[in-house]
Amino acid sequence: MLLSRKFVSDYVDIDVDTKTLAEDMTGIGNEYDSCGKLLPVSNLVIGKVVDCIAHPDSDHLHVCQVDIGQETLQIVCGAPNVRAGLKVIVALNGAVLPGGIIKKSIIRGQESNGMLCSMAELGLEHKFLTEKDVAGIQELPDDAPVGQDPIAYLQLDDEVIDFELTSNRGDLLSILGMAYEIGALYQKPVKEIDTTFAETKDDIKKSFTLDVQTDKCPLFLVKKVTNVTIKESPDFIKNRLIASGIRPINNVVDISNYVMLETGQPLHYYDADRLGDRLIVRMAADEEVLTTLDHQERSLTDQDIVIATLDGAVGLAGVMGGLTTEIEEDTKNIIIEAAIFDSTTIRKTSKKVLRSEASNRFEKGIDPKRTYLALLRSCYLLEKYADATIVGGMVEHKNMPIEDKVIPITVEKINQILGITLSKEEILTIFDRLAFTYKEQDNTLLVTVPTRRTDISIAEDLIEEVGRIYGIDKIVGKPMILPVKPGYVNKDKRYIRHKLADLGLNETLSYALISDKDVYQFTDQQFKPIKVLDPMSEERNTLRYSLLTSLLSIYRYNRARGQKDIRLFEIGKGFYALGDRYYEETKLSILMSGQYWTGLMSQKIDFYILKGILEELLDSLGFQQRYSFVAKAHPDLHPGQSASISINNQIIGFIGKIHPAVEKEDVYVAELSLDKLLAMRVKGMQYKEISKYPAISKDVAFVVDRSITSEMLEKTIKKAGGHLLTSIRLFDLYEGEHIAADKKSLAYSLTFQDMKRTLNEEEVMTIFDKIIHSVTTTYQADLRDK
Amino acid sequence: MKDKIQSLQTQFAADSKNVDDRMAIQELKTKYIGKKGLITELMSSLKDMDKEDKKTYGQLINQVRTEFVTVIDEKEKSLAQAELDRKLQEETIDVSLPGEKIKRGSLHPFNRIIEDVEDFFVSMGYDVVDGPELETDENCFQRLNVPLGHPARDAQDTFYIDEEYLLRTQTSAVQARTMQENKEKTPIRMICPGKVYRRDDDATHSHQFGQVEGLVVDKDISLADLKGTLELFAKKMLGENTKVRFRPSFFPFTEPSVEVDVSCFKCGGKGCTLCKQTGWIELLGAGMVHPNVLSMGGYDPKVWSGFAFGTGLDRLAMFRYAIPDIRYLYTNDVRFLEQFARKDEENVIK
Repeated sequence: MLLSRKFVSDYVDIDVDTKTLAEDMTGIGNEYDSCGKLLPVSNLVIGKVVDCIAHPDSDHLHVCQVDIGQETLQIVCGAPNVRAGLKVIVALNGAVLPGGIIKKSIIRGQESNGMLCSMAELGLEHKFLTEKDVAGIQELPDDAPVGQDPIAYLQLDDEVIDFELTSNRGDLLSILGMAYEIGALYQKPVKEIDTTFAETKDDIKKSFTLDVQTDKCPLFLVKKVTNVTIKESPDFIKNRLIASGIRPINNVVDISNYVMLETGQPLHYYDADRLGDRLIVRMAADEEVLTTLDHQERSLTDQDIVIATLDGAVGLAGVMGGLTTEIEEDTKNIIIEAAIFDSTTIRKTSKKVLRSEASNRFEKGIDPKRTYLALLRSCYLLEKYADATIVGGMVEHKNMPIEDKVIPITVEKINQILGITLSKEEILTIFDRLAFTYKEQDNTLLVTVPTRRTDISIAEDLIEEVGRIYGIDKIVGKPMILPVKPGYVNKDKRYIRHKLADLGLNETLSYALISDKDVYQFTDQQFKPIKVLDPMSEERNTLRYSLLTSLLSIYRYNRARGQKDIRLFEIGKGFYALGDRYYEETKLSILMSGQYWTGLMSQKIDFYILKGILEELLDSLGFQQRYSFVAKAHPDLHPGQSASISINNQIIGFIGKIHPAVEKEDVYVAELSLDKLLAMRVKGMQYKEISKYPAISKDVAFVVDRSITSEMLEKTIKKAGGHLLTSIRLFDLYEGEHIAADKKSLAYSLTFQDMKRTLNEEEVMTIFDKIIHSVTTTYQADLRDK
Repeated sequence: MKDKIQSLQTQFAADSKNVDDRMAIQELKTKYIGKKGLITELMSSLKDMDKEDKKTYGQLINQVRTEFVTVIDEKEKSLAQAELDRKLQEETIDVSLPGEKIKRGSLHPFNRIIEDVEDFFVSMGYDVVDGPELETDENCFQRLNVPLGHPARDAQDTFYIDEEYLLRTQTSAVQARTMQENKEKTPIRMICPGKVYRRDDDATHSHQFGQVEGLVVDKDISLADLKGTLELFAKKMLGENTKVRFRPSFFPFTEPSVEVDVSCFKCGGKGCTLCKQTGWIELLGAGMVHPNVLSMGGYDPKVWSGFAFGTGLDRLAMFRYAIPDIRYLYTNDVRFLEQFARKDEENVIK
C-alpha cells in the first residue's frame, strides 16, 4: 500500500516528518518497505529560454540562454521541442537526478551549465509517462514562475511510504483508514469527508432494475449520473493517483480510483447507454465467456460471480469490468456500482484471473458503511470535476447487518493478558484515540467498535489494540513462574548422530523432494510414490522413499568437484503411500567411498569398514549379539556384496556396494529404519561380576568351503563350547596359495573361564576337542595346521 | 700379611680402574670376591696364625672385602644407568608426528542449532515433541484459525498432496496436534523443531527449511511471560547482551500477535549491513494463543491462556556460523560439512 502524504493530510494533520511517521507506524504494527520523495530529485528551478540557436557543430543540438531569475545560464539541449520563449525545468549544476548528477561540461566546444529536463528524466515511473513526456523536455505553462521549484509548482512535491500491511488490516487499504490509524497514533481527530451534491427530482428506482441472484453479494448499491464531460483530471487527482501507483486515464475513471483509494471501496462505472436499465448479479455459468477491460477473453466457472445484463456478463465482480460497457471518450451517462462480494469467492477468482487493486480490497473485507460513503463521494467528485448531473435516489440490495460491534471487556483481563498494570483511565484514553466509544456497566467496559475495523471481533482483538497503542514494546519481560517439572527430549537420534560423526562420517541435510524418476531407487517395495500437486520443477515433484537417493546425488556433486574421500550420513524421513494412507518413516542412511583415514594411515573403504561402523553403532546402542547380516540381493546394489540387516529376525535395513551399472566407482551404502530399530527394547546396563580366576586361551584355524560363513562357524563353536567358553574372536581370514582355491581359513581365539574356580588344562582341552569335532563334522572342515 | 693385603688393594685398584663393561665386572668379581677369589684365598691363609693375629687380619681383610664390594656395586650401578640411558636415547620418537586417530566427521549446523534450542528449553521444563511433515490441512491451517479461503494462506504457498494432505508449511501444526492429543487437558510446555516446506526458492528462501515452534498453555500466562522467555532464548542463542523488541503484528493463531526483533549481534545495535542499518534483526513471530485455537484444541479459553512462538532454524544457523547463503546448508559440499567438526562454544547465560 503506497501512502501519499499529501493525500492523507486531507483527513488528518501530521506534525512529524515522513520518515518518523513511517517508523512510528511500524511501532504500532504497520511495517513499511520504503519511504521517500515521490520524485527523488534536487536542485531544479523553473527557467525561461530567452535565446535558442542551433549548435554550430551539431545537426540536432541547440545552444540556449536560460533565464533562471538570478542569472542567465548557457545550456546545450538536444530536445526537438526546445525553442525561445519556452518555460522549462532546469537541472542546475550539482542537481541529483535518477540518471546521475548534473555537472558543468563542454558539449562539442560549447559550455553547458545544466540540463533542461523531460518528465521522464525526473524519475516518474514509466507507466505514468505519456509519449510527449518521453519525446521532449517538459513544457511548463507560460505563467510558471521563473526561479521557483518546478516540483512544487507541478504539485509533485509529495512523499510516499510503501507499507507492507498485515492481511487482517484491510481497513488500512484506504486513506481514511490510514487517517484513523495516524490519528490514533498522534491523538489527532479525523476530518470530515465532503459528500454534498445536488440531485434531480427523478428516482432511479423507477427506471432501473437490480436483480441479485446470489448470496455471495450481500450489498449492492447503484446510482446514476448524466451528462458528464470526459477530460483530463485536475493535477491533484492525477498526482495523488500517481503517488498511489495508479495511472491516470481521464477524469471519470480517475475519480472511481480516487474514491477507492480514499474509502477502500472499489467502484465500477458503466456506460449507462451501453449497459441499459438492468443489472443482474449471479454466479457465472460453466464456461461462460467474458471479455474483460484488458481485452482478454476469460472462460469462467460457476465459482465466479458476474455482473450481467439479460444479454450476458458485463463484468467479473470484484476483479475487473467487461469491455462492452467500458467508459469511453464519448460516454455521457454513468451507472455507478458500489458493492460487497464474498471475499473467499473473490480470492479464488482473482487468483485464477488477476490480482487487482479492487480484488485485493474485496478479499480483505469491506466496511459496508464505506460502500454508501464511496457511492456518495463519487457523486460529489463527478459533479465537481466532470460536470455530472446526479439522478435522484439509489437502487439498493442489502442482505447484511450494518451495525457496530459491542465487545465487553474488563481492565483486569487486559492487564492479565498483556502482563502490565494500566489504570482504567489509561485504557479509556486509548479507546478514545482509536475513536472507539464505550460504556461502563459494573466492572465491565462495553466497547463499541466501528464497522471500519473488520479485524476486531473478540476481546483479545481489543487487548491487542490497547497493547499496540500503549506500546507493546513497553511490556517488561518477566521470568515465568510455573511448577517445576523435568523437560523431556528423546536423545536416541542425537546419540546416533554424534556416534557416527565420531566414527568419521559427515552429516548432511538434503531435500525431501526429489524427481519421480528416482523414487524407486534402492528399493523393491511395492508402494505408491507421493507427488505434490503443484511442483516447482520436475526435479522436485515427489517425496523420496530412500534417503540414499539424496546421498548419491550429494556424492556425485562432491565427486565432480574433485573430492574423493566421501563419508556421509543423514537421519531423515522417507515417505510412501499404501492404499489411501500416507506413511513417513525415519531412516538413517550412510554412504562411503574413497579412503578411511586413521592418522597417517588410510584404508580403502570396503564392505567391512561400513559393516564395522554399523556393528559399532548397533553394539553401542545395546544390540550386541542380537543382529545379523545375511547375504541378500538388493535393487541397485552389487548382488555379491549386499546384505540385509536384521534384529531378532526382523529386517531393519540393508548394506551393500552400489551396483556398477548405477555407479562405476566403489561406493558403499547402508540404510536402517530408525523407527523400527528404536522401537526395539534394550535391557538396561547392569554390572556383571568379574571372575577372580584366570582365563585360558586356545587358538584354532579351520579350513572350510568359501560358502560357509563366519557366523555359521561361530554359532557351532558357541553351542559346543558351553558356558565355560566366554569369548570367540576371529583374528585371521586367509584365502590364497597355501590352501585350495575353493576354501578359506578362519582363525579364532577362544577364551575359557569359570566364575568359581581355576580351570585345569585337561578339562579345557576336552571342551576344545569337542568344539573342533563339532565344527569339522558339521562343515567338513579341516584344521589348518594339521 | 699387612703387605700382602696392601698389595692386594693396589692390585684391585689397578684392575678395577678401567673396567666398564658387564663382562669385566664379572671377571673382577670372580677374581677378588668370588668363592675362590683372592679375598677367600687370603682369608684361608690366616688359618695358621695365632688367635690375636687371626682376629686383627681377619677384620682387616673383611674391611678390604667391603671396600671391593662397594666399588664393584657402584661400577654395576653406573653401568646399568649408562645402558638405560642408551636405551632411552634409542627409543626417542618424533612427538610432533600425528597421532593414530580416526579422522573425525562432522555434525550439520542445522542439527547443531536444534540441539542447542532443545537443551535450552528442556532445561526450563519444556518437552520436545515431534510431528509429521505430511500434515492435514486441518492441523496446519484450520485448527490454527485459518479457515479455507483465508487471505493469510497467501503468505505461505503450500505444496498440496491432495485436498486433505499437504507438506506442513509451519511447525505450528504441532500446536494443534499437541492440544488435541493431550486428553487430560493438563498444562502444556513444549517445543517442536523440524522441517517445513513452502513453494519458494531464492538466496534467502529455500523450499525446505527448518522452524522451531514453542507453545505454553497454562493459567494466567501473559505477554510479559512471553517476553521474559524470549529474552532468555535470544541471549542463549545470540549472546548475553542481546536485547529483544516487540512489535505488533498479525498471525491468525495468536491474538495479540507480535513480531520479535533482537538487537543486531554483529554491530551491537549501532547499524550494519546485516541489520540493514536498523540495529535490529527480525527473529521470531509470537503471540498469545488465539481463543479459537485453544477452543479447537479442547482448552476452554476462559480458564486457559498461553503463548506460542516460532522461528527459523536456518537463520539461527546462518547467524551463528556466519553462513552467507541458505542454500549452502542444503548443498552438502564436503568442504563445507567438514568445517563443523568440533564442539560448539557454550554460551552460558546468567
